[in-house]
Amino acid sequence: MEQLNNIGASLDFYIFVSIALFSIGAIGVLTRKNMIVLLMCIELMLNAVNLLLVTFSTFFGNGEAQIFVFFIIVVAAAEATIGLSILIMAYRNSKSIDIEMFNKLNG
Amino acid sequence: MSLQMISVILGSLTIASGLMVVLSKHPIRSVIYLVITFFFISAMYILMNAQFLAIVNMIVYAGAIMVLFLFVLMLLNLNKEMEPETTRMSLFTAVIAGGTLFLVMITALRDTFQYGKGYVQVPVQDAGLVEQLGKLLFSKYLVPFEISSILFIAAMVGAVLLAKREKQIID
Repeated sequence: MEQLNNIGASLDFYIFVSIALFSIGAIGVLTRKNMIVLLMCIELMLNAVNLLLVTFSTFFGNGEAQIFVFFIIVVAAAEATIGLSILIMAYRNSKSIDIEMFNKLNG
Repeated sequence: MSLQMISVILGSLTIASGLMVVLSKHPIRSVIYLVITFFFISAMYILMNAQFLAIVNMIVYAGAIMVLFLFVLMLLNLNKEMEPETTRMSLFTAVIAGGTLFLVMITALRDTFQYGKGYVQVPVQDAGLVEQLGKLLFSKYLVPFEISSILFIAAMVGAVLLAKREKQIID
């Protein structure tokens, strides 16, 4: 008998963990006013998606999903850099990191 | 201790530290809890035999991106009074919205759980090893790989342009 890939717990458990992490990230984005914490919650949501992709990749024995996770990490790094530099610029202009500060923008 | 028990403990610890990221009042504590969450996720990757991604997750996420967040937090010189307050109304609405999102996704995927039992698993043990991923990355996914380097250059130039201090105009 051929040996199957072992992912530890059942597939349902990993789907549950991933959905829970994604929802926690979404709640964080909706509640927190601090811009840095907001960016961190976006990273949390991206990681939830990564976890789900790796789980299915191992479950079905297909490595291509892990390439997608690699690209998601690349995009997350670029996004964090740009987000933090926008944050620094906003802080210099208004001396606050409240997300409500962007309400003053009108264009 | 069985493998199943380890992964259940890891999963619940991941959810707990993810909750602490949102709940903790101080931003630096949020960063530390997020790093802990990433380490737990890396441990789950190792458990699922995805060694390459576990190491990349630890180096790039917990090492580079989180240190960038910490540096920005330290540079901004924040104090307690500057922490923006969350109104009770927005907290209430957000928890309801997030909880509904959670419930909808769980119920939508409940059917998938049953369908998933019909699938036959493919017996490939080393899908997540560096050799397999490298072969895929440099043959089938070579063009996206090169494009991602252009994305990095654009992000780097953008970050330098945005965060550069403008010259003071003395009039």
